[in-house]
Amino acid sequence: MVLTLALVVVAIFAGAIAPMDPFATVGPPLTPPSRANVLGTDDLGRDLLAGIVHGARTSLTVVLSATALAAVFGVTIGAVAGYRAGTTDDVLMRLTELVQVIPRFFLAVLVVALFGPGLDRLVLVLGLTSWPAIARVVRAETMSLARREFVDAAHALGVPAGRVLMRHILPNALPAAVVVISVNAGTVILMEAGLGFIGLGDPRVISWGYLANNAQRFLRVAWWMALFPGLAIALAVLGMNLLGDALNDLRDPRIRGRARRSPPGSVNSVRTR
Amino acid sequence: MSPRYLLRRLLQVVPAVAGIVLLAFVLVHTAPGDPVVALGGDHGDAAYYAFIRAKFGLDRPLPEQLLAYVASVLRGDLGQSFVHGRPVARVVAERLPATLLLMGTALALSSVAGVWLGVLAARRAARAADLALRTAALLAHATPSFWLAQLAAIVLALGTGLFPVQGFTDPRQSWTGWRHALDVLHHLALPALVLAAGELALTTRLTRTGVLEALGTDYARTARAKGLPERAVVRHALRNALLPVVTVIGGRAGMLFTGAVLVETVFAWPGLGQLMLSSILTRDIPVLLGLFVLVSAAVIVANLLTDLAYACLDPRVRYE
Repeated sequence: MVLTLALVVVAIFAGAIAPMDPFATVGPPLTPPSRANVLGTDDLGRDLLAGIVHGARTSLTVVLSATALAAVFGVTIGAVAGYRAGTTDDVLMRLTELVQVIPRFFLAVLVVALFGPGLDRLVLVLGLTSWPAIARVVRAETMSLARREFVDAAHALGVPAGRVLMRHILPNALPAAVVVISVNAGTVILMEAGLGFIGLGDPRVISWGYLANNAQRFLRVAWWMALFPGLAIALAVLGMNLLGDALNDLRDPRIRGRARRSPPGSVNSVRTR
Repeated sequence: MSPRYLLRRLLQVVPAVAGIVLLAFVLVHTAPGDPVVALGGDHGDAAYYAFIRAKFGLDRPLPEQLLAYVASVLRGDLGQSFVHGRPVARVVAERLPATLLLMGTALALSSVAGVWLGVLAARRAARAADLALRTAALLAHATPSFWLAQLAAIVLALGTGLFPVQGFTDPRQSWTGWRHALDVLHHLALPALVLAAGELALTTRLTRTGVLEALGTDYARTARAKGLPERAVVRHALRNALLPVVTVIGGRAGMLFTGAVLVETVFAWPGLGQLMLSSILTRDIPVLLGLFVLVSAAVIVANLLTDLAYACLDPRVRYE
């Protein structure tokens, strides 16, 4: 939670934390971390802290947009499939399975190679391929909720189906979806960083993957160039995953408050995800 | 496993493969740039362009072109590489063994070590082990594979000098036979360890959960009650505990490929990752397209094998 919040704060106030332009030369090249350049400089004398702080912005932009896209698709498809059941469900689930086998990373590589680099297409590819897991969870929740009494009651009162889905089922299904969405956000950060690392990021904006890629040629002389960008990525993903864990604990009242006190080996302490 | 299940599951492969091929086709056709201009140059006359169009079948209707593409993919023909001037399938096939060696080693390492550690942790279901495992799994999940690779290269290869930094073999030697194999193994160690590390925590955690759950069941209690040694009880439990592990490992084929490609980049391992990197730099679209189709097919096959293995291990799996 704190990690994710920190990431957001850093991304918003990037200009205030590191006022220099991440592409500007501010010192001698390849200087180790010092008082002037807290995290050192790269091969062109650019400040690494500025790069990382401004890179947070890039990562967050991609993650937020791609995740929003995936969430809209996942929740809609999952809810409709779970609520309508029958043929609709069959068709939508086959589609979900289809999308699920697409290797996201390799598709993104192909798209960038064909259409040229850019954050917009990265968002589209990662967003449009990340929804299956969300759809599956929402579908399962919707299916179990649709059999509850309060849904029957709504139907009996003559509430239209669309309204039952929107007002009565979805609000109850969403907490479970939020957990998957936040974990997925971590994966999207990793993908974006991986693409930047093989040189497929947007060359006009600084990103963590780009910094890590740049470090590759200087592993022998400049350990700081490799250490800090990767650390930033790991912390960001960790933040997203911890957020997912925390949300999951909140959602499940059986675990709430007992999470840390549960006896070793009990069912609660061995949840997998 | 019933023949009926096998058939149903095999038939599911068809729409998946069709979807991938269709996606690749649509992408190529919506991409900016005209292949005719790319092949014929900017200053060709209309007749020359028409000749190129006819030669490569680009004048035919799109559905017909799609059919031709599907037919050639099914025949294993992935087109001609722009840069290498050879069939993509051949170029890829040359690089595949190195990547498979890396992935196979990593998978074997992480599976064997993960199951062993998982059983160990389950038998000593202490809070410290639980906490350590959860933390390790979280960290492993959050660490970018290329970063771990870079750190390993800096600390273990450059720092201690125990491992070579890059490559497949030592270029200063021209060993053959077992010396050559040993040399490859020496170069393989770091990339394989890095790739395995990412999967290890997951396998360990899944195994531990599964074994703990199985040890709590009635049959495990019965086994204990009739005086079986703890080792035998765990062995019984493990059979059932491994089901989810197999599923998860099989379902991560795509992630493993991605990880392998990134780790290869750091260690200059001459596999598909290197091929992808050079193809990106030279905009060798047919190779990238071929890689996408190939990896997709590999993922589909891995999922198929996983499901079949599951059906073999668990007789309850049926299709209604």
